[in-house]
Amino acid sequence: MPVSVDASRIIYDALKACGVSVVSALPETWLVHLIRMAEDDPDMTLVRLAKEEEGVGISTGAHLAGARSVMLMQNHGFLQSINGIVSCAQLYRIPLVMLISHRGWFGERDPWQTEGGLVTIPVLDALRIPYETLDARDHVAHRIAKAMTLAHSTNRPVALLLGRDLMWEDG
Amino acid sequence: MKRLEAIAAIHGRLQDCIVVTIMGAVAAELQSLGHRPNFFYLQHAMGLASSVGLGIALSKPAARVVVLDGDGSVLMNLGGLTTLARYRPRNLTHVVFDNESLLSVGGFPTATATGSDIAGMAAAAGIPRTATVRTLDDFTAAFDAALAADDLTTLVAKVEAVGPAGFVTDLGLLENRFQFARHLRGLPETP
Repeated sequence: MPVSVDASRIIYDALKACGVSVVSALPETWLVHLIRMAEDDPDMTLVRLAKEEEGVGISTGAHLAGARSVMLMQNHGFLQSINGIVSCAQLYRIPLVMLISHRGWFGERDPWQTEGGLVTIPVLDALRIPYETLDARDHVAHRIAKAMTLAHSTNRPVALLLGRDLMWEDG
Repeated sequence: MKRLEAIAAIHGRLQDCIVVTIMGAVAAELQSLGHRPNFFYLQHAMGLASSVGLGIALSKPAARVVVLDGDGSVLMNLGGLTTLARYRPRNLTHVVFDNESLLSVGGFPTATATGSDIAGMAAAAGIPRTATVRTLDDFTAAFDAALAADDLTTLVAKVEAVGPAGFVTDLGLLENRFQFARHLRGLPETP
């Protein structure tokens, strides 16, 4: 599988460096290594979701209890979670950090991913959720740290889009 | 059984718990009985109260977490029952007030009015302790048993479809949220 283990490790280590102790996730191809890393880490609480919106609730509960968390999901999972993001995380000013694999974007071969790819950034903009893309290894740790800082200073959701050039090794 | 009577019957026990409620009648009725800093009212995001409770229960294993849920909300997040069961937080008690109705938006019937069984679905999802109760005495006894059992419980209380005249209270949403977080973070980390 050409999903990059090395890039996944860099992302995971950056999350750990930011003090993340709770990860909620729904698997998708690009996230398999990240989820396995969380699974193998005795210090990480991994919550496997049935549907992504639940993760908004998990992260809200974790934050209220003082724990740092992230959600790992595909962009279709982000689209699925919108009501929770708006009427829980935004309404209650929760620093929800979302790592979203940006499927259906440049280089996508799977036709079924393409509509979600087209609307992901416009929906983030419509929700006024700040985002950056992680698409090269050298900026991953820095951008994750900055996203975490902004989420906690604003008490609002922040997104990081995981790009193909970072996650997929055959381009 | 009226939901207000049921909440009143356990209000004393809730003083020592971390409580997460759904929006609408449950939130308004609990507040009418007396707000505490350990009560959080999720005034929207229907379905997510149990997920918020799970996030708290996993992050604060020493806390006794009680979620006051409703049939309409649970039906919006049935998958969440499987997630609760999967992690089986022993410090979480999930109470579902089932009035078979979306009361706050006109009283339209939910699927429990035509036989869908939330306790049955919770049991099938893998939640170890489940029950459906119909009287105040049974509810109080089952709630106390759930706290004493120290295991994940979904307790469905069949209640009348009646509620307060209004749902807006003078407690600000963010006031509640920050007060609750401050209280929760002050609790000990381990039992």
